[in-house]
Amino acid sequence: MNAKTKDNTLHNTLVYIRQHWQLYVFFLGPALILTIIFKYIPMGGILIAFQKYNPFRGILGSEWVGLKYFEQFLSSPDFMQYLLNTLKLSVYGLLWGFPIPIILALLLNRITSSKIKQKIQLVLYMPNFISVIVLCGMVRILLSVTGPFNMFLGTNINFLTIPAAFRPIYIISGIWQGAGWASIMYTAALSNASNELKEAAQIDGANIWQQIKAVEWPAIKDMVVIQFILQAGNIMSIGFEKAYALQSDMNLASSEIIATYVYKKGLLNGDYSYSTAVGLFNTIINVILLIAVNKVVEKLNDGQGL
Amino acid sequence: MEKTLTVKKSEFARASMGDKIFLLIGYILLGLFVVAIIGPVVYIVIASFMDPITLQNKGIVFDISKWTTTAYERVMSNSQIWIGFGNAVLYSVLFSVISVFITLLCAYPMSRDDFKGKKIFNTIFIITMFFGGGLIPTYLLISNMGLLDSMWAIILPNAFSVWNMIIARTYYKGVPNELREAADVDGANELVFFFKILLPVCTPLIAVLVLWQFVGMWNSYFDAMIYLNSAEKQPLQLVLRAILIQNEPDPGMIADMQSTAQRAQLAELLKYATIIVSSLPLIVMYPFFQKYFDSGIMIGSVKG
Repeated sequence: MNAKTKDNTLHNTLVYIRQHWQLYVFFLGPALILTIIFKYIPMGGILIAFQKYNPFRGILGSEWVGLKYFEQFLSSPDFMQYLLNTLKLSVYGLLWGFPIPIILALLLNRITSSKIKQKIQLVLYMPNFISVIVLCGMVRILLSVTGPFNMFLGTNINFLTIPAAFRPIYIISGIWQGAGWASIMYTAALSNASNELKEAAQIDGANIWQQIKAVEWPAIKDMVVIQFILQAGNIMSIGFEKAYALQSDMNLASSEIIATYVYKKGLLNGDYSYSTAVGLFNTIINVILLIAVNKVVEKLNDGQGL
Repeated sequence: MEKTLTVKKSEFARASMGDKIFLLIGYILLGLFVVAIIGPVVYIVIASFMDPITLQNKGIVFDISKWTTTAYERVMSNSQIWIGFGNAVLYSVLFSVISVFITLLCAYPMSRDDFKGKKIFNTIFIITMFFGGGLIPTYLLISNMGLLDSMWAIILPNAFSVWNMIIARTYYKGVPNELREAADVDGANELVFFFKILLPVCTPLIAVLVLWQFVGMWNSYFDAMIYLNSAEKQPLQLVLRAILIQNEPDPGMIADMQSTAQRAQLAELLKYATIIVSSLPLIVMYPFFQKYFDSGIMIGSVKG
C-alpha cells in the first residue's frame, strides 16, 4: 500500500510539473542556475583548502595535504591576532552601536511637529547614501595631520597610523553613517504603537519615563531582541571594504581582520590553498554562531526560528 | 492622523516640570547628533571652495571673496571621473534591473502553497545565506569562466538575492486572493498573471528593491577591485579610492603644478571637490525615494 501511495504522489507530482512547467523554467530557472553556478560550484572549490593547489593542474591534479594549512594558521600568532581583531571590532561595534538607533527612534517619537521630524529624518538617513570610500575619505581628511580635528586640539597626530585609534575611528564613523538608517525600523514600529494607550497613560498622569516603559518599549521590544540576536550572529562576517579603506601600514596591528588577511594572502600573494582554509574556518565559526543564535530565537519566539 | 497630531502638539506645553527637563535633554541630544552629521559635511563643502594654502594654515575662512572653484573645474574636466561615473551608472542600472527581475520571478512560485518542490528549493537557497565557498574559490571560478575584467563578474554572482526573494515572497502573500481567482477565471496563464496582474500591484516592493540594489552596487568597490583591471572599466568608487584613499589622483589632474608641494596641496583640495561631486547624485535623489522607506522597512521587517 505504501508503495502504491508513493507511486500516486510521484505521478501527481509529474502531472503537476507538466501542467506548471512555466513555474520551473521561467520563474525559478534563472535564480536556480545562478545559485548553482556562483554559489554551489565555489563550495566544491573549498577542496583546495586541503590541497597544495596548483592552478595549472587544477583541483583534480593537485596534491592532497590534509589539514596542513589549518594547522599552519591555527598555530600562527599572527592569525590569532587577526581573529582577535575581527572579534573585537565587531563585538565593540555591536555594543556601542546597537543602543543608539533605539534612543534616536525614541527621541524622534517625542518630536511633536511632523514637519520638523521629517527634516531631522532627512538628515539622519543621509549618511547611509554616502559610499564607504567617501566616508573613509572624509575620515582621512578630518583626522589628517593638518586637518580640522588636529587644528582644534592644537596637535599634529596622524590618527590613522595609531593602532589604538583604529577601532574608535571605525566604530564612531559607523555610528555616524548607520545609526540614523538603523533607527527607521524602530521609528516605524513606534508610529504603529497605539496612541490611545499613550494618551490614556498621559491622562493617568504617567510621566515620560513611565510612558516609555509602559507603551513605547513594549512596542519595539521584540524587534530589539531579534535585531540584537541577528547582529550577534553576524559578528564573524564583518565586511572587508571599510576596514581595508581605513588601513595604513602602521595600524595593521589592530586593523588587519580575517577578511583583509584572506584577500592579501590569497589574491595578492597567490597562496590560494592557505587563504581558502582561513576563509573556510571563518565561515564555519559563522555558521556555528548562526545556529546557536537561531536556537536562542526559537526559545524566545515560541519555537519559531528565523 | 490629524487628530493625534493636535494632541501631540500640546505635549510639551502640558508636560510637568520633570518631563520638560527630560524632553529638553532629549531634544538637545538629538540636536547634537544632527549637528554631528551635518558638521563634517559642511566642512567638506566649504573647504572644497578654499585656497589650499589658507586652508592648511588657518583652517576654514568664511571670506567668500577668496573662494575659488578651481577644484571643481579640475574634477569636472577629468576624464577618469566621468568614465568612472558612466561605468557606475551602467553597472548599477544593469545590476539592479537584472537582480530585481530574477528575484521577483523566483519569489512567485516560492510564494505559492501548491508549488511542488518548494521545500527543496527553499533549502537550496537558504543554505547559500549561511555557507559559501568564500573569496578564493569564487575568484577561481570567475577566472576559469573567462569573466576576469568583464562587468558580468561583478553583476551575475550576486544578482540573485535570497534575502530579497524572501521579502518579495512575503509581499506576494499579502496580495488579495481575489486577484488570483479572477485571473484563473479568465484562463490567464502564469506569465500573463505575473506581469499583468501581480507586478502592477507590487510597485512599492519593486521601488524598494531597486533602490537597495542600485545603492548597493553604486557604493561598493571590492568586487570591481578584484575583477576589473582595465582603467576604462573602473567604476566611480575605484577612481575615488585612488584619489581619496591612496593619494594617487590621475596625474593629468595636477601635472601642470610646478613644485611637488604645490601638487600635494592641489591633490588635497581635489579630495573635497571629488567627495562633493561624487556623492551629490545619490544624496539629491534620495529624498524623492523617502516615501518608500517606511513601507520598505515594514516589508523588510516581516519575516519570511
